[in-house]
Amino acid sequence: MSDHKKISIVCFSGDFDKIIAAYTIATGAAATNREVTMFFTFWGLNALKKKQGHSWLGKDFLSRAFNFLMGGRKSLPLSRLNFGGISPMLMTNMMKKNNVATLPELIEAADALGIRLYACEMAMQILGVTKDDLVDSVQEVVGVATFLNESEDSHIIFI
Amino acid sequence: MHFLDITRETCPMTFVKVKLQLARMDAGEELEVILNEGEPLRNVPQSCEEQGYKVLSVEDCGDDDGKHRVVIKK
Repeated sequence: MSDHKKISIVCFSGDFDKIIAAYTIATGAAATNREVTMFFTFWGLNALKKKQGHSWLGKDFLSRAFNFLMGGRKSLPLSRLNFGGISPMLMTNMMKKNNVATLPELIEAADALGIRLYACEMAMQILGVTKDDLVDSVQEVVGVATFLNESEDSHIIFI
Repeated sequence: MHFLDITRETCPMTFVKVKLQLARMDAGEELEVILNEGEPLRNVPQSCEEQGYKVLSVEDCGDDDGKHRVVIKK
């Protein structure tokens, strides 16, 4: 596999549009013969939560409040013109109308293509999120050193 | 011969569908793909070649709508 072209995407943002951009690049790259790793940290972790709406994850008051307010995959905000969460729904309808893959379709494609998903240990600790709170396709909870080792010969993209 | 029409798909699903279809097939089997000119026509055959598949033919469907027929052998 070492002769493969490789890309690693750091999914820092939990914005709807930026997560879509990350998954678009990831699936496109995997489909065109690249080895792809996605590393989710901070706001990006929201896209990986099993509970897709607003839920009280975490162990203390602050982490629970943060997780509730941030929510999961179904409550990712648009980075601009979010209008209280209506825009991502409108955007999804526009995507469907124009035959563009929606976020759930991209995520399904990423799983089918065997894209590696890593979650950031440090951000999970701060937010009180455990591996059990995340979808099963998350391969491992890792730190920056593992991410960098795995990305040694990769292009790294930060979104 | 397997068949796939990706003319209604947009990036990145054009590549994704072809890749996943080829993954499901056995070595030696052939896949006929109908795709649009532009990005899919430029890059689908090329990325298949890069993955070690053989592109047997690329031809215009002749309907003047830019559709092309590509045959790929796994």
